[in-house]
Amino acid sequence: MNSKNLDLSKSKIQINRNTSLIIGILFFFLGIFDFCLNNFLGTNITSFLPRFINFFTPLIFGVIGLHFIRIEFSGIKFLDSLNKNINPSNFNAALSLCIIFLIIFSLPPLLNWFIFDANISGDTKEACTGGGACWVYIKVWFNRFMYGMYPNAEQWRINVTFVAVLAFMAAGFFVPAKFRNYLSLYYTLILPIISFILIYYLISGGSFGLEWVETGAWGGLSLTFIVSFFSLIFCFPIGMMLALGRRSDLPVVKYSSLSFIEFWRGVPLITVLFMSAVMFPMFLPDGTYVDKLIRVVVAITLFEAAYTAEVIRGGLQALPRGQYDAAKSLGMGYWKLHIFVILPQALKLVIPGIANTFLALVKDTPLIFVVGLLEVVGMLNLAKTNPEWLGFSMEGYVFAGIIFWIICYSMSKYSQKLELKYKTDR
Amino acid sequence: MKLKRILPQLLTLLFIVLIFGFFTMNAQENMDTRGIQFGFGFLTQEASFDIQFSLIDYDGSHSYARAYLVGLLNTLLVAFIGIILATLLGLIVGVARLSPNYLIRKTASFYIEFFRNVPLLLQIFFWYFAALRALPMPQDATLLLGSSFMTIKGLYTPAPIWTNFDIFFTTLIVAMILIFFFVKFAKKKQEQEGKQLPVLIISLAIFIGLPLLTFLVGGVDLSFSFPELRKMSQSSYTFDGGMGIPPELIALTLALTLYTATFIAENVRAGIQGIGKGQKEAAASIGLTPSQVLKLVIMPQALRIIIPPTTNQYLNLTKNSSLAAAIAYPDLVLVFAGTAMMQTGKAIEIVGITMATYLTISIAISLLMNWYNQRIAIKEK
Amino acid sequence: MFKYVKQLTSLVAMVAVLFAFTTETMAAKKSKTLKNTQKKGFVRCGVSQGLPGFSNADAAGNWTGVDVDVCRAVAAAVLGDANKVKFTPLSAKERFTALTSGEIDILSRNTTWTLSRDADIGLTFVGVNFYDGQGFMVRKDSGITSTSQFKNGISACTNIGTTTELNMRDFFNSKGISYEPVAFEKADEVVAAYDSGRCDTYTTDKSGLAAQRTKMTNPDDHVVLPETISKEPLGPVVRQGDAVWEDIVRWSLNVMIEAEEYGINSANADMMKTSENPQIKRLVGSEGELGAAFGLDNDWSLRIIKQVGNYGESYKRNIADTGILPDRGPNQIWTKGGLLYVPPAR
Repeated sequence: MNSKNLDLSKSKIQINRNTSLIIGILFFFLGIFDFCLNNFLGTNITSFLPRFINFFTPLIFGVIGLHFIRIEFSGIKFLDSLNKNINPSNFNAALSLCIIFLIIFSLPPLLNWFIFDANISGDTKEACTGGGACWVYIKVWFNRFMYGMYPNAEQWRINVTFVAVLAFMAAGFFVPAKFRNYLSLYYTLILPIISFILIYYLISGGSFGLEWVETGAWGGLSLTFIVSFFSLIFCFPIGMMLALGRRSDLPVVKYSSLSFIEFWRGVPLITVLFMSAVMFPMFLPDGTYVDKLIRVVVAITLFEAAYTAEVIRGGLQALPRGQYDAAKSLGMGYWKLHIFVILPQALKLVIPGIANTFLALVKDTPLIFVVGLLEVVGMLNLAKTNPEWLGFSMEGYVFAGIIFWIICYSMSKYSQKLELKYKTDR
Repeated sequence: MKLKRILPQLLTLLFIVLIFGFFTMNAQENMDTRGIQFGFGFLTQEASFDIQFSLIDYDGSHSYARAYLVGLLNTLLVAFIGIILATLLGLIVGVARLSPNYLIRKTASFYIEFFRNVPLLLQIFFWYFAALRALPMPQDATLLLGSSFMTIKGLYTPAPIWTNFDIFFTTLIVAMILIFFFVKFAKKKQEQEGKQLPVLIISLAIFIGLPLLTFLVGGVDLSFSFPELRKMSQSSYTFDGGMGIPPELIALTLALTLYTATFIAENVRAGIQGIGKGQKEAAASIGLTPSQVLKLVIMPQALRIIIPPTTNQYLNLTKNSSLAAAIAYPDLVLVFAGTAMMQTGKAIEIVGITMATYLTISIAISLLMNWYNQRIAIKEK
Repeated sequence: MFKYVKQLTSLVAMVAVLFAFTTETMAAKKSKTLKNTQKKGFVRCGVSQGLPGFSNADAAGNWTGVDVDVCRAVAAAVLGDANKVKFTPLSAKERFTALTSGEIDILSRNTTWTLSRDADIGLTFVGVNFYDGQGFMVRKDSGITSTSQFKNGISACTNIGTTTELNMRDFFNSKGISYEPVAFEKADEVVAAYDSGRCDTYTTDKSGLAAQRTKMTNPDDHVVLPETISKEPLGPVVRQGDAVWEDIVRWSLNVMIEAEEYGINSANADMMKTSENPQIKRLVGSEGELGAAFGLDNDWSLRIIKQVGNYGESYKRNIADTGILPDRGPNQIWTKGGLLYVPPAR
């Protein structure tokens, strides 16, 4: 008797569940359909309702639909995961629907502008006939955006320099174990000198038969990288000295490091750049003129060194006191102790922090256009006002945004990977 | 032994003195050759230039010192609005990032990854030069919320006109003081007797009720002046009355909010995730409802983790507001280290004052945060 | 006795050599800028970031304009070749500091000569190469034909930190009109803001208005209003403290103007060497020793006229023929009713 009742009720539940599922799916798709009609075709199947409710009918349909779909433990794997993720409650269902509608609303026009209505072939302004983006503009100006006003014929020099510097940086990973101890020395002293020589002789030129290109002509993305690399490479040793000074127990050293760090961390970068462009020349002897790019790089280096110092200090603090004591008990002096024992360990800890600082540095370089150095954003503004190409500012900004986004996103993902790797190491 | 300590310090001191001396000597010599005077006397001179947007009374006949004040107030205005909006947005996105709902979680993380990795300057440029420039002219403007207009010349909204504003304002302050003491009293009562007073409702009642009372008995009155279209020439119109918010301010605040909110959202997420699951389970096991758990157990601990880096972000927002110099928003850098410096030529004095101002703001916030950190630090046994 | 003659001769010789040496170094020492320029081999000239007619670079990087011609004249005088100039484009903010810091030696950037700039910041104005005034530009379809039709609430775009900003305030105050100043740093941003409709009017020197109009989307949609609201004498600037360099730049400009006054141009300069007018002969260097005062050879003025041309030629090829301002207005020689009256080069 009982089992029969159970049987009956089970099948009743079965029937109820299936119908509710079907009703739910119907309403859900009705809601989406209504939204699409409203949005793309301008028609309204529920126009007989008052204005206010009319606006929300897609949402109402959708929520009703999802409410019916929400069956716990239905046994169908797809439905269960759907319910758990999108449909845990009515409120959540409404929010999910809003997001779905937003995607439907914005994706087609975006795709249209980006791809379907866009023009990419051709060489002049007339080639941009569609209503979408004019990628011809980017194509024509691409060289300028990448290399600034650097003469076209000499651009191979910039490429060669970058490849060489990257090679030298990566070389640190492949040295045999015998030389591992000297790695920190390599990165803080030798690499900056090599990079400086490379950039001076290759990019700037003037000797060995290479044409001299003045720094005012450097620009575009290559300038962004030059400034970032230089600043990073030079701010590293300075930051290290500052971090060590900050932790020292000699009062003069400690307080001067502290004031230096707090000063540079407390002022915005734009005032630092103004200082380097406008105030700095007054502080040099009459007649000596230092190139603007060098002044700007020095300013940015000192600025970033303060932030790097804080990051390194965090790493130094995280080391257990035991390391200091053990090294001292072996009779190592201050410098030996730091170079061979403390710094290698601390630097390994702070690599993610340094990567973050570098990321912030790359995001800060567009500011140098306020002092007249034309990196990517500056070149964009220049191209935007060229009389032949007026009115394409949107394409320019989107292009620059995409480039920066790719660079910064990949760097931040890489630094997250590094962080995980070095976390497990300890 | 003593020499080993004294020698490095002496060397450092010598080094610093040499560098400073070198710079100062050169500056002095250069200024003498050029015939430039070093001095702050220019601050009392007449400024002779107008500023587009100012919170206090200002026109060209006021001094440079007053222009500095206008710039400073504009900077603080952007910082204030930006901080409030960024915190709200950051809280929402941070909590959304932890939502069990897949779509909401993915949307939040898409927002964070997108706006965090595009440079702030580029975002400001996009909003100002591309987005807000595409708005219609005043005569073609669309009506927002019944009485506001969003045009290429700015956002025109109704402006409040107060009578007896000071009575209203003092009542507001009195209400806040009352709430502060009430909260303290409720907390003491909870610790002593274990009873909880409905603090939120009573505070809201005081905050809203008391000022509202002034409308009835205090003689306070509030009316609005609405923006009206006026024709200036055959093709250009403007709005009279109401409040006109310049597009420069809107673009700057929008970009700063969207950018800083990503960092605050990450901090909020780290804070909430940093609370061990054991806390939630223990709280539930003593019979607290989920909202009570959130209010009494999770949030206080999460705040301890969230607040220090968030204060850092507030500082960054204030410093980033100096980017207003790239669009025409008259903040401290544009007005003082831009226009005033170009008109007077006193580069060293002006850049020095600007840097000192930002430095003061940063150090003040740092000190405040250090004090707060020490107060709420968990006293470990 | 002979011994004393020998000693005396050597003493006299030593003194003579010393004297010759010191006079030459004194002349060169008098101008550190001149010495540096001769050593570097080019004149360092600060110009605008692109103002057609005054200083503008074409796609290949060649600079042309009346301001550019002033620097080329100095190069022709000092280095013998008008093309030995390095041009540095400067924004309004960095133009003066670039000069005082030594980044450039001449600032030829349509800069207005005012008292505070001359006296207060360590610079010296050495002449006027363009007499101008400030004006307003509006859209044709606004129907405005005169500044008297400006109404309250008008928004005006301009550059920050210029005399324009100050004059604009004086003008609107005197008319009792309330206005909204929208001030950008770069001229291109100002033009873009005005062009897009953010501002109702664009104000700067009238020559600048005419030049920037060529860069707008539809130049014919805009009109420059007739009223001139200020005096804007534009001219080259040098650092204070180097008197000889000042004089060189000043007189290079004056030679160009005076050459037009006497009818000497780049085509007939050589023939004028045999003229009967003594002043013409002085200008082309066939009479007098004018160059020695600066430490230059005597052909300095001839080179200027031959390589750069006289003032009228420079104006014609840069401003009149390009359609920017065909009418010379006040920028005409005084004998023909203009304001260009320079001291005689003698």
